[in-house]
Amino acid sequence: MRRFSGPFVDGVRISLPVLLGLVPFGMVAGITAVDAGFSPVQAMGLSVVVFAGAAQLAAIDLVGEGATFAVVVLTAVVINVRHIMYSASLAPYLRDLPLRRKALMAYLLTDQAYAFSVDRYADTEAQRRGATGDDPDAADAAESDAADAAEGDATGAGEGGTVGDASAPTPIVRGGDGVAYYFGVALTPWVAWQLSTAAGVVLGRGVPESWGLSFALPLVFIALLVPTLVDRPAVLAAVVAGGVALAGGAIPFNLGIVLAAVVGVVAGAAAEEVFG
Amino acid sequence: MTPASVPPLAAVSDLVGGPRLWVLIVVIGVCTFALRFSFIYLFGRIDEVPPRVRRALRFVPPAVFAALAVPAVVSLDGSAAATLTDDRFLAASLAAVVAWRTESIFATIGIGMLALWTFRFLV
Repeated sequence: MRRFSGPFVDGVRISLPVLLGLVPFGMVAGITAVDAGFSPVQAMGLSVVVFAGAAQLAAIDLVGEGATFAVVVLTAVVINVRHIMYSASLAPYLRDLPLRRKALMAYLLTDQAYAFSVDRYADTEAQRRGATGDDPDAADAAESDAADAAEGDATGAGEGGTVGDASAPTPIVRGGDGVAYYFGVALTPWVAWQLSTAAGVVLGRGVPESWGLSFALPLVFIALLVPTLVDRPAVLAAVVAGGVALAGGAIPFNLGIVLAAVVGVVAGAAAEEVFG
Repeated sequence: MTPASVPPLAAVSDLVGGPRLWVLIVVIGVCTFALRFSFIYLFGRIDEVPPRVRRALRFVPPAVFAALAVPAVVSLDGSAAATLTDDRFLAASLAAVVAWRTESIFATIGIGMLALWTFRFLV
């Protein structure tokens, strides 16, 4: 059945297990938005227009607390600044695509879409080089997915462009498997996010305040925080940021969170610089 | 409009439920898109995030998530004992352990909420 195979379906399939975490997260985004005073249409608008969970939840939180416009925007930008890294990492693969396609792919770029797509592109890259290259990430990824063998045909056309530059990633091509796979891994969380936000909006209007469903907000932040504590500088960044945010509760306009994040990042980076 | 000219309480009535909330949504959306599109769009002009910036960006998620989570579950009003036995703090601590052991958002939210209800309504 050709219809149920191919790179797009591969992308959807590999994304499905992650939805177990994304669906409750999206429901929290819907529930708490309504709680904070968003109309149902505005709550959905936030998920469609912004489509970035952590930033949405922070914005909802701040709007509910009565923060000013500029502070909400600033906080959301600080939270989303990590997307610059994803953008830079994917850019060489996407460079030959039409601008509109690139823009659509950028809109759909999430932690999840990034992780799965870059893994596959690095994998394909490693196979092309016979997995003997010096890039440990690419070689590692090459072990993971035998189904990628099909990718070679479609993306091979792009190879001519990089002859003579062995270190540059081979770009994926228009209409190729790399693009279809990307939409598989990027549209799956998009659809799930919108549906779970909608479910949360409906649920949020029916559940009494006393259940304390807004507590799910810090729980999501905890669930996102813990896996980032991979080494001592990261732990220090979190401890310093948490401490500053706590102490900075009295700082006007809820600027405490932004200040805490900046101080935490500086602390982590400094610790890494000093202690290695 | 400068933030200083708008007192927090006016901001609530201003933002919530009104058209300014739509403006906020669109502005955050445009900023988020700009961050995602940045290097994809600029490729060829700027190819790489400078290494120093890249190293610093690694600390954005732990710092931001801690800055958001900690004030929501730790209350500095009252005694240390009151802080440590606060139902939100207890439930959040348990949730952190669950997050660490399972790395599952689903399990973290589920057990965290159950813990909150247990501490709040049963204990």
